[in-house]
Amino acid sequence: MATRTATSPRPPLWRDVRVLRVAFQVAVLAAVVGLMAYLYDNLQANDVEFDFDFLDQQAGFRIAYTDMKPSDTVLDAILTGLRNTITVALIGNVLTLILGTLLGIARLSGNWLVRRASGAYIETLRNVPPLLVIIFVNSAALATLPPIQEANEVGGVLVLSVSEFGIVSLQDGGNGGLYAALLVVGLAAAVLLGAWRGRVEERTGVPARRWAWSGGVFLAAAVGGYVALSSPVVLSHPEVVGLSIEGGVRMGLPFVAVLVGLVLYTSSHVAEIVRGSILAVPKGQTEAAGAIGLSPGQRLRHVVLPQAFRIATPPIINQFLNLTKNTSLGVAIAFAELMGVTNTVIGNGDPAIPSIIVAMGLYLVLSLAISLVANLVHHRLRLVER
Amino acid sequence: MTIPTGDVLAEPLAPAPEPEPPVRGLSPRQWVRANLTSTPLNTALTVMIGLVVAWAVYRLGRWIFVTADWAIVRVNLRLFMVGRFPADELWRLWAAGYVLVSTVGLAGGALTATVRQPLAPEGDGVVGGPGDVGAVDGADASMPLGFGRRSVAVVHRFWPLVLAVVVVLSFTRTPLPALGTVGLVVVGTAAWELGARLPAGLRRWTWLTVVAGLVAGLQVTTAGEGGVGWDDWGGLHLTVAATVAGIALAFPLGLLLALGRRSSLPAMRVVSIGYIEAFRAVPLVALLFLGNFMIGFLFPTTVEPPSLLVRAVIAITLFEAAYIAEIVRGGLQAVPRGQIEAAQAVGLPPTKVMRLVVLPQALRAVIPAMVGQFISLFKDTSLLFIVGFFELLAISEAVTLQDAFRGQGLRPVALAFVGLIYWAGCSTMSRESQRLERRLGVGER
Repeated sequence: MATRTATSPRPPLWRDVRVLRVAFQVAVLAAVVGLMAYLYDNLQANDVEFDFDFLDQQAGFRIAYTDMKPSDTVLDAILTGLRNTITVALIGNVLTLILGTLLGIARLSGNWLVRRASGAYIETLRNVPPLLVIIFVNSAALATLPPIQEANEVGGVLVLSVSEFGIVSLQDGGNGGLYAALLVVGLAAAVLLGAWRGRVEERTGVPARRWAWSGGVFLAAAVGGYVALSSPVVLSHPEVVGLSIEGGVRMGLPFVAVLVGLVLYTSSHVAEIVRGSILAVPKGQTEAAGAIGLSPGQRLRHVVLPQAFRIATPPIINQFLNLTKNTSLGVAIAFAELMGVTNTVIGNGDPAIPSIIVAMGLYLVLSLAISLVANLVHHRLRLVER
Repeated sequence: MTIPTGDVLAEPLAPAPEPEPPVRGLSPRQWVRANLTSTPLNTALTVMIGLVVAWAVYRLGRWIFVTADWAIVRVNLRLFMVGRFPADELWRLWAAGYVLVSTVGLAGGALTATVRQPLAPEGDGVVGGPGDVGAVDGADASMPLGFGRRSVAVVHRFWPLVLAVVVVLSFTRTPLPALGTVGLVVVGTAAWELGARLPAGLRRWTWLTVVAGLVAGLQVTTAGEGGVGWDDWGGLHLTVAATVAGIALAFPLGLLLALGRRSSLPAMRVVSIGYIEAFRAVPLVALLFLGNFMIGFLFPTTVEPPSLLVRAVIAITLFEAAYIAEIVRGGLQAVPRGQIEAAQAVGLPPTKVMRLVVLPQALRAVIPAMVGQFISLFKDTSLLFIVGFFELLAISEAVTLQDAFRGQGLRPVALAFVGLIYWAGCSTMSRESQRLERRLGVGER
């Protein structure tokens, strides 16, 4: 061995690992770039042009339940679709988290019936395609609702009909903007106060009633402001007028179907994650909490769930990402989300490939934003870990 | 438990073995008390949920057995199963099915035997455990179970699939499909047992029979006069074919991407991470649309552009590869560093370290996750509906537009039937993957 190293201090070029590494990487990059160039050449030869001028032209169609007009540009239309996507994703993710957590806990309940009912729900919805759930909700479940003339009106809070839904909302009653600003100030004060009381509690070890303090301040701001500004916001009740709903927030049937379908489907996955995470919390934690006299509810709230959610956060955020991407299934039931609007744009004769590339770019941004939040959350949780 | 008296002082802190908790059968009254009415809150919950469940079960049962008109499924059963495949040529699908079942059974039996062997060198039943009936697995054949008990165990293990098959067969008009299905099960089981009993040297090559089976099945289905090319496939047949093609084509690409992402070469890492993150960030629908419009133009003008189905499968493959890459990466990360170092220490070159030491362990660990991905793709093939293919979900819409069934509110019936098929396939696979996970002990180390 020693003689070999002595006679040839350096291996030949084609056996030098450093050279090989560089050469291999250059070859891979060249292959990737070459493939791209080849495909681009073929696109050129087939007269495909990447011309994004159509984005500034008139869209020529309107999108229901938005203020998009036919005279607005195609870009406006696509951004309106993006807004619908984000709306469904935001509301859907919140509802999914709540429903999924409840179902996940219920599946571990000591009550046999609760356990089994939750299990049946989860195992049914987890194992069918989300598109089927959405189509089922749209054309089987919601289709049984009465026509708008005979709409179900639930105490002025909710109006259900086969063509659209209405739900009660807050409306500006004069001074609304001022009141909103006041609420924000109140909230900020409440958060700061809560943090201060929390530090006091940590320093002295005496219960410092942080929730009473911060809640009290916020409530004082809310009630005081309401009285002082003489009812700055009023409830707007939905009611059927002619063939549409007036007042409140109006929602089209496809919106409701996509939202409900995705929440039903995704919550079954979140429930399984929550269940797995609770099971992953060591049993000794529950027993220790029981030993110091916490009730079952307190054990869950103060000991098990905080630890379980640390385990569950990354996969749950993954599900949020899935739900957000799955809003694109709305295109199957003509819901005007990002993909649906893109489909309409293509149907109107605008160039297909650039339209889809724009939509995909927006999805990419949306997904990366969620991933960014996920990484931040993950980083924070990691810091808490021992 | 005898405590060796001489060594008591050697281990002063050793805990006394805990006595097993007494197992007693609860009387029905005690059971109800413990499980339904342990606290007032629980009693209230039981009553509330009980009423809701009873109402739902009543409504559902009434709908299934009384209200719903299942004629739409009975008349269109062939459409649901195989799309517009001509009735006279159905023997081709049966033949392909028999070929595939026997080859996949052979490879499956061999793989199970191989995977299980290193885990239970003395065959001491630690791996199996009490919940492991293992009725159709050849390695458990030594278990003293009668034929009756084994059949019950099989039905219990695969009940969603059995239920769906029984429901589908109940809609047929001749006993032939039922006989054919029984034959499939028999042939598959026999091939499985055979595969598990093959000598270890032969077992390594059984995957070749699967490849041969796929080629033969494709030939039987498409070749010759009356053969049906894949562009004309439909129904469950298309759904399954697209799933299998998607996974089979995406796996090699995903494996490469995973290796690239774990590579020490920066260029490989950048390319792989870029690909994986980009394809994971966009929805499959968008990719299917893009593939539909664009893939045809990616080929030189002299070449006939690929058919719509091929484009869709390409889009699915590119999409799935990114997810498979992430799964395989998890498996690669789970291989202990010492394994690689030990392999290097015995002088294996890098490619052999990867091929003989890392990959076998990594891929074994990701089998359950791969099954999960297969399920997810099986569900995702429903998106082919959106880009205009005649798959399962599309048929559930098409049949409600037929003259005989139009405007009668039969959409729920068709959707329920399709839903049952999806549910049976997914939940059977997911139960099997959970079993596999327990057996392989993934995540327990």
